Amino acid sequence: MIHSLFIINSSGDVFMEKHWKSVIPRSICDYFFDAQRKASGNEDIPPVITTPHHYLISVLRNNLFFVAVCMTEVPPLFVIEFLHRVVDTFEDYFGECTESIIKEHYVVVYELLDEMLDNGFPLATESNILKELIKPPNILRTIANTVTGKSNVSATLPTGQLSNVPWRRSGVRYTNNEAYFDVTEEVDAIIDKSGATVAAEIQGYIDCCVKLTGMPDLTLTFINPRLFDDVSFHPCVRLKRWESERVLSFIPPDGNCRLLSYHIGSQSVVAIPIYIRHNISFRDVGGGRLDITVGPKQTMGRVVEGVVLEVPMPKCVLNCNLTVTQGKYTFEPVTKVLRWDLGRIEPTKLPNIRGNISVQSGPPVTESNPTINVQFTITQLALSGLKVNRLDIYGEKYKPFKGVKYITKAGRFQIRT
Amino acid sequence: MSGTGGSYSNDRPPNSSVVDPDYAGDPASGSFFNPEFKKHEDLKQMLDSNKDGLKLEAMKRIIGMVAKGRDASELFPAVVKNVVSANLEVKKLVYVYLVRYAEEQQDLALLSISTFQRALKDPNQLIRACALRVLSSIRVPVIVPIMMLAIKDAVTDMSPYVRKTAAHAIPKLYNLDPEQKEELIKVIEKLLSDKTTLVVGSAVMAFEEVCPERIDLIHKNYRKLCNLLVDVEEWGQVIIINMLTRYARTQFVDPNAGVDVNEKEKPFYEDEEEEEEDEDNEETLSKRSKPMDPDHRLLLRNAKPLLQSRNAAVVLGVAQLYQHVAPASEVWLVGRALVRLLRSHREVQAVVLTNIASMSTRRKDMFEPYLKSFFVRSSDPTHIKALKLEVLTNLATDANISVILREFQTYIGSSDKEFVAATIQAIGRCASNIREVTDTCLSGLVCLLSNRDESVVGESVVVIRKLLQSETVGHKDIISHMARLVDNIKIPMARASILWLLGEYCDKVPKIAPDVLRKMAKTFVTEDDIVKLQILTLATKLFLTNPKQTRLLCQYVYNLAKYDTNYDIRDRARLTRALVFPPQGHEDNKLAKHAKKIFLATKPPPVQQSSFKDRDQFQLSTLSHLINARASGYQDLPDFPEEAPDPSVRCVEVPDSFTPENHHRPSHQKKTKTPKTKSFYSDESSPEDDSDEEDESESDSDSDSESGSSGSDSSDSSSEEDEESESEEEPKQRKKPNVGMKKQSERHPDSQSSVTEDSDSSSSSSSSGSSSSSEEESDDSDAGDKDEKSKKEKDQQQQKQGQQKKKNSVPGNRSNLDLLLDLDDAPPAMDTPVLTPSLGGLLTPSPSTQPAQPLPPGASIQPAMAKFVPTATQELLNRISGNGLSVSCRFTRSPHLYSPRMTSVELSFTNNGSEEIRDISVGSKKLAPGMSLHEFAGMAVLKPETTLYGTLGVDFNDTTQPAMFDLMTAGRTFSISITAPVGELLMPLAMNEADFNLHQSKLRGMNEISGPISLSSNNLETKNLVDRVYETANLLQVQSSTTSVVKFGGQTASGKALVLVSITLPENGGESSVTVNCEKMVISSMLLKEFQSALKRN
Repeated sequence: MIHSLFIINSSGDVFMEKHWKSVIPRSICDYFFDAQRKASGNEDIPPVITTPHHYLISVLRNNLFFVAVCMTEVPPLFVIEFLHRVVDTFEDYFGECTESIIKEHYVVVYELLDEMLDNGFPLATESNILKELIKPPNILRTIANTVTGKSNVSATLPTGQLSNVPWRRSGVRYTNNEAYFDVTEEVDAIIDKSGATVAAEIQGYIDCCVKLTGMPDLTLTFINPRLFDDVSFHPCVRLKRWESERVLSFIPPDGNCRLLSYHIGSQSVVAIPIYIRHNISFRDVGGGRLDITVGPKQTMGRVVEGVVLEVPMPKCVLNCNLTVTQGKYTFEPVTKVLRWDLGRIEPTKLPNIRGNISVQSGPPVTESNPTINVQFTITQLALSGLKVNRLDIYGEKYKPFKGVKYITKAGRFQIRT
Repeated sequence: MSGTGGSYSNDRPPNSSVVDPDYAGDPASGSFFNPEFKKHEDLKQMLDSNKDGLKLEAMKRIIGMVAKGRDASELFPAVVKNVVSANLEVKKLVYVYLVRYAEEQQDLALLSISTFQRALKDPNQLIRACALRVLSSIRVPVIVPIMMLAIKDAVTDMSPYVRKTAAHAIPKLYNLDPEQKEELIKVIEKLLSDKTTLVVGSAVMAFEEVCPERIDLIHKNYRKLCNLLVDVEEWGQVIIINMLTRYARTQFVDPNAGVDVNEKEKPFYEDEEEEEEDEDNEETLSKRSKPMDPDHRLLLRNAKPLLQSRNAAVVLGVAQLYQHVAPASEVWLVGRALVRLLRSHREVQAVVLTNIASMSTRRKDMFEPYLKSFFVRSSDPTHIKALKLEVLTNLATDANISVILREFQTYIGSSDKEFVAATIQAIGRCASNIREVTDTCLSGLVCLLSNRDESVVGESVVVIRKLLQSETVGHKDIISHMARLVDNIKIPMARASILWLLGEYCDKVPKIAPDVLRKMAKTFVTEDDIVKLQILTLATKLFLTNPKQTRLLCQYVYNLAKYDTNYDIRDRARLTRALVFPPQGHEDNKLAKHAKKIFLATKPPPVQQSSFKDRDQFQLSTLSHLINARASGYQDLPDFPEEAPDPSVRCVEVPDSFTPENHHRPSHQKKTKTPKTKSFYSDESSPEDDSDEEDESESDSDSDSESGSSGSDSSDSSSEEDEESESEEEPKQRKKPNVGMKKQSERHPDSQSSVTEDSDSSSSSSSSGSSSSSEEESDDSDAGDKDEKSKKEKDQQQQKQGQQKKKNSVPGNRSNLDLLLDLDDAPPAMDTPVLTPSLGGLLTPSPSTQPAQPLPPGASIQPAMAKFVPTATQELLNRISGNGLSVSCRFTRSPHLYSPRMTSVELSFTNNGSEEIRDISVGSKKLAPGMSLHEFAGMAVLKPETTLYGTLGVDFNDTTQPAMFDLMTAGRTFSISITAPVGELLMPLAMNEADFNLHQSKLRGMNEISGPISLSSNNLETKNLVDRVYETANLLQVQSSTTSVVKFGGQTASGKALVLVSITLPENGGESSVTVNCEKMVISSMLLKEFQSALKRN
């Protein structure tokens, strides 16, 4: 299984290492750097690198490489999933996972890594259990600890490992009992030149923030559960119940978790909430022209907000000289990305951007036009039409405060021009 | 490194005026005058101080050094001392340090061992686990025997967490000393039979690491593993699924054997099937009708829900299981889940796409519906794009090729050149695989030849060459078009391809070819090696077909090649020249005569197939599959056997294997039979509660016994403990014999029965103590325990009925418990370890448990056992309205464990339907004020045609109002209402007549109610009468001095109000009457009516 872990920042420094078996010298990372050099970008580094005696399995998150070293056959996805889980745990603990954060909390990080993996095999990865073993740092406690000289390892060891459900600690108490559910849908789409939809899918998540006393047993029902093509659950959800009744029945983990992710696939028709009329042309002489108009399409009466268009221009583009009717645009000469942040779309006055593109003189001029990547958000709407019917609580007597929020976002939304 | 390395300093407290060791060598940080040998002096001082804060700070900085990969080994002596620190965090950090450096400083590391040994006996499970973890991680070969002992002990630990750690320690020990394998296998065998979901994953991991070849160890646990699979933590699931895939391949026959191969586009396991069919066609036919082994089916069925796991590794694990083990008709199930994973992180995508690409070479239909999910986005990284192309190409069929080609067309415009090249190759593959589109593709590719981008053109040339080669008809115009390209195109591979094409089809373009050769001869010197070789080939071929025009050109080229810098080219030239221009005197060279045949032979067209096809040799989802090379430690997936091995090896009758929770109640092993599915850690709260106590006692006795055997280390530890426990000396001594016995039974699970006999003789109450404690445990536990409990209750009832006559002389089993329950009137919090044997109270017969001989007058009234337990049941839910589930209840007349105020109601759930009923539990309760209900432990699964029992505790508050609640099953809610007959609201009391009379006299007036009864003839006999009364009400007869009056005593369950009943027998033809005294008048009047009607009956 996993022998060692190296955390490498974007400038190639190995700033943390942890070994679960015998020590592997950090020179092993040279193979990784070789692969990094060969790849055209950080994204392109293959997740598994073979070296004469070791296998390096790496993930890239927040511009940090987490490189695990294995020596024998192991399911690669197992390691990759675990590394992502490590990053998730760090994010859960520290709010974000950056180099400076890891360095600041290196003791907690080290303790966490120690608990999460034993002899290269995952031991405790549920954040609820980890949080009982190792208290997450917060400002108040940090100050208190500095004053009193106490630490963030609790003196009385918890019995959480033995709680009835491994993802929930026992003895949870809140004065205000609340349960919030966020239904987030991301639209992945490819729209072709003529505006026809090539592929469109919805990837949805239900994230919950549950702060309930005791051991509540929740049941979440949907008005239209048949919408889902495919779903995956947090381990707390009872699979059988879902299969028979399409009802989410679960004892929630304390705090935040992703309860469910679902996929509404290519088979069903996905309403595209936005349309873009575009005209981009490059000419050999006199540069090119660009004219893009954005408008709302099927938004079910909601306003499309936070619209951002990103156009990765071909390498030959030198600069863009454009005028916008709303929002503002930037052109990054290094990465050649044109970014237009136009905010919300008012149906009465459609946002437009137009102008000239100055192109490097001389050939070659690319034949193809760039794709447009779109971002947007629509609040209070789940594009698929998914609706939560009700949330019932069993096992506890109090009446919790319940809330459901819907939001639709653009996922990988691309327009080919 | 130095740029960012030294900034772990934010945690430094204000008091650390000492120099940061990290900067000690760095003059800039102000430590000029610190000599090198004093580098870590400050840290050592801090570690030696007696302030925890300083130690902690020092340790934190040392860990910082370790984390950055700096050498901190010289601090070892200073650090190792602190392993005894009382501060948990210091201790933890020392552990971390030890694990890192112990290997390098083995002698010093030995100093810490005794600490771990002590910690292994700690009452806190987490400390035990932690100690075991560190002990097994320090990789010092000297301690192998100690590790072995520790692991063996930990495997039988109460806490599943410790057992899990033990499983993890096994591979560590094995790596340290492979000699121990045999012994470790025994330990693994024990762990594999564990039933806790927390443990099995790790146990299988240990199995896979140490002895994957011992597949026989799995047989007995196979079904259990399948059943537990859903509840195991996700990492364990991956390991178990992988192991079970291998297992299935050795134990079951190929489910696809005999399936009509033509049904599918491609056979699933080509080779095997072909072989089999070749061998014996009839045999295959017979197999076709043969159903799948139920165990095989069980595995597939239980793995299927895991496709919805959030963990991609689990999903892929199930996918490979289906791919390798399931019937071909079911494999498509996994497609959807795999497609879902494509939305995940980049790395996950890459791995999943590789696997999909490999699967799709065999099974197009599986992913065809999701074609669009593989469309490439411009934002995908290049390697993802290439994988998606691969999948798209594999999925191409006549039906969808137009869609795919249109997609490909847009890809060609991409700015990612590598990707464009891959697309063109993909087009070529589609064209050669699907006849219908070959021409379209070809013309499309020819269009690309005029593309402005050279790399596109180059790639197209290569692909066109491959296509033309496999085409039978010549495409003269394409070839001549390409010949024209030679002037412009620079890419060597493309030039070489054109030249080769011209040579191969020189008869079709007789005019152009020599001209091209002429141009090439001019530029020969500047060409790339690969092009030079092709020029040679072209020259040779042209000379052979058209010697007239090209003889001189050819010789010229040969001469150029002869003096080339590259030896390959020189060699080639020499070889072909000898063939084409035989040297003087060798004109009759045989080879030269056949030169034309040699060079212009028809070549087989290149087969364009997926590069993923050859990955089939590796098991999907493995590292070896991903890198397409054998990783060390990879085990080949065995082929299905021709004949299935004996399936009966998987049958488990009564598992006599060790289960940690039953070693102190050896007589109830039956309980292990029922599968546990619902509760995650079957033996949590209860064993944990008393484990604290018990472990304490164990550790006492252990350290005592070990001090003799294991050297000097532990002797001082035990003496310390002796000092500590001197104050407890007295209880401990009482405990000792029993503890010793318990130890013994732990060590030799086989000899348990004999041990129990021993213990019976030593103290009769100890058995009752342990049984009551086990009962208490079962309360929180699952259905299996319930089952066992009800059995046990029945046992006890029978016992009681047998004992009825000697009742007053011998205390019933239960009385001890009753008393304890009675002591705390409020619902006792069961998590206080009241009943643990280690308290000693239960082991020594306390005076109150012996209400032996007739009580002296005035002695306190004792709660007693029920004399009769009704067997009649009340139907609560009928099978029709319950949708197959029927529920009935029975009053067991035993005090409920949760509260003595509660009446126990045994619910029996029977599944009359044909489908499993899942997740039976109590939902919302509708109770009258004052009533309360303690729910039974939920049941996860109720199989068809089975009955399970659960025990409810209901505090009826001395009313006959029904207790109503909702019974939840997966999907349904039934409302249930339980009404207790008034007789069941009572509890028997043992009292003597004097007490009876005393209390009766107090309960006169309003509290007394009496009425006439007509006794049926049968009931005239006292014995029958008493029995009849027992049936009606839970009372106990009071020894009466007169035969004419039969007296019974009891109290109400909730209010503890005395209920006294006296029945006057008709003497000499007089009236018989019944009198009930109770301060609760409702109770007494209802009771009276009950008696009147009951005693009338025969």
